[in-house]
Amino acid sequence: MSQPLLNVKNLVTYYKILRGYVKAVEDASFYLNEGEALGLAGESGCGKTTIALSILKILPQGGFIKGGNILFRDIDISKLDEHEFRQNIRWKKISIVFQGAMNALNPVYKISDQIVEAITLHEPNVNKDEGVERGRKLFELVGLDPSRIENYPHEFSGGMKQRAMIAMALACNPELLIADEPGTALDVIVQAQVLKLLRELKEKLGLSMIIITHDLSIISETCDSTAIMYAGKIAEFGDVASVFKEPLHPYTQGLMSAFPNIKAARTRMQSIAGFPPDLLEPPSGCRFHPRCKFAMDVCRTKEPVMKEVKKKHYVSCHLMK
Amino acid sequence: MDGNRVTEPLIKIVNLKKWFPLRLGFFSTLVSRKQLYVRAVDGISFEVAEKEIFGLAGESGSGKTTAGRLLLKLVPPTGGEILFRGKNVTKMSEKEFKPLRSKFQIIFQDPYGSLNPRMTIFNIIAEPMRIYGIKDEREVEKRVSKALEDARLVPPEEFINRYPHELSGGQRQRVATGRALVLNPNFIVADEPVSMLDVSIRADILNLIYELKDKYDVSFLYITHDLALARHVCDRIAIMYLGKIMEMGTTDQIVYEPLHPYTKSLMAAVPVPDPTAKRIDVVIKGEIPSPVNPPQGCRFHTRCPQKIGDICEKKEPTIIDSGNGHLVACHLYT
Repeated sequence: MSQPLLNVKNLVTYYKILRGYVKAVEDASFYLNEGEALGLAGESGCGKTTIALSILKILPQGGFIKGGNILFRDIDISKLDEHEFRQNIRWKKISIVFQGAMNALNPVYKISDQIVEAITLHEPNVNKDEGVERGRKLFELVGLDPSRIENYPHEFSGGMKQRAMIAMALACNPELLIADEPGTALDVIVQAQVLKLLRELKEKLGLSMIIITHDLSIISETCDSTAIMYAGKIAEFGDVASVFKEPLHPYTQGLMSAFPNIKAARTRMQSIAGFPPDLLEPPSGCRFHPRCKFAMDVCRTKEPVMKEVKKKHYVSCHLMK
Repeated sequence: MDGNRVTEPLIKIVNLKKWFPLRLGFFSTLVSRKQLYVRAVDGISFEVAEKEIFGLAGESGSGKTTAGRLLLKLVPPTGGEILFRGKNVTKMSEKEFKPLRSKFQIIFQDPYGSLNPRMTIFNIIAEPMRIYGIKDEREVEKRVSKALEDARLVPPEEFINRYPHELSGGQRQRVATGRALVLNPNFIVADEPVSMLDVSIRADILNLIYELKDKYDVSFLYITHDLALARHVCDRIAIMYLGKIMEMGTTDQIVYEPLHPYTKSLMAAVPVPDPTAKRIDVVIKGEIPSPVNPPQGCRFHTRCPQKIGDICEKKEPTIIDSGNGHLVACHLYT
């Protein structure tokens, strides 16, 4: 078997604030094969965006990687210094489409200037005209009219801005694209258009992707594998087919039954009692135990470890023998 | 329109319109004398029966929130009528309407913005009673406790002295629900009540709405862009596009036998949490046009995958009953 493109091992990321350390990501491990898409799912505040920011080394002030490895083609990119990372990895190998396309573009610059800036920052030997030319090609690739590149962001609709953001992320031919909540804040039809574009790019360019979302149905529509996060830890990780068919972690099961499916029979939706914990002081043992229907004594004291229960289906729960 | 419903509908609206005048810049007013309007709601009619959850679904900019505000008389309509149990309330002054106003309530989308951060939960829920002159403090206390219990914030004593910032989003939305219930309303507009909440707790609020409907004989207008959620709570659904109703019917009719090409596109665009489901990759192009200058003829013709010809561009389709109260406004069915 070939090596995975991205292999995150026991990643620990904390934020230092006045009251202590926010344990945003704790002992997260997952991997992504080349040409595949991974869906990172979980509630708000579970650490999914922090994982993306850790991979790209763009954590906000106070955030730091406390431990673990992020292997990209067997190189531990978490250990590279900032200069090397910017020259070789960020945007050239791994890029990101930030959450909230509506506000991620600078309103006082033309789109073309913003794309050229992204290109010249990472590839200093490209001049402006070449940059604009590349921008036009990218616009075509993402289904926008190339002549619109000279527009300002306010002249674009929400869906067009999202496409422009994707074009910008592809500016330096990355191998891995991270899309943070690509569908949120867009209307259903526009969301479907954007998801279709991501699927096409994956096929056409052989792009690998990490899609961060709270919407499980988006993962089932676009991804090959999925990692379900809860309170900074990965609860379950595996092939989409396996995880959706047979969710094994009680949290994943809860999420699935809290989720409406328009195609399936109308059932009463069940929500998960309680709410996510404060990550300054996460619960002892398994972080999900205060909300878990199946919590046992061991769950309160001992942290479960990730086990491979089936082929490429990992679960972190004491119920798994 | 529905012959077998004998009793009078709770709410009936007829050809309701709301056009917002567009403010033009100084120079534009010199050049053109024509007043432009945003046709947010452009002639819609429907009924909400007693104990019914009626869903109003559509993309952003379709006018669904404005429709909800019109029904509550929070904005005056440009045209059309609102009837409450057969009584025309459209032209009533605020003073005449006030006794009825307590029967109409709303749950807003954003539970972080809809609760006053400086008021305790007790005062938030007691405020409607104070406005309606319930002076007996013991009565107020009793009803606040009951509202909290109804909204599943138990025990009430634990919540009454807290402030909104001490509660989670889901709990805040329960407070908003309790506040909407405290005056025993007949009709509640729920404007995207769960879109700001986490997936794991959405079901709770929806189930709560469902239970309260039966317990207190309340009708709801459930405004949403999420058809999958609408399908789980609503009895009937109307699909709006650019200020018009495109299709209306029972939830099953809309979900299983959609007639209008727009409804079909919407249904196809809803992602399904099942990786084995067959994916239909026909996604309609473009985005919703501006309501200032909606397309001539059928408003959907610019994006319609089933356009039949000139008639769609020239003539506006009327809404007709295709059978069993399933209404559709499309030339394919005339």
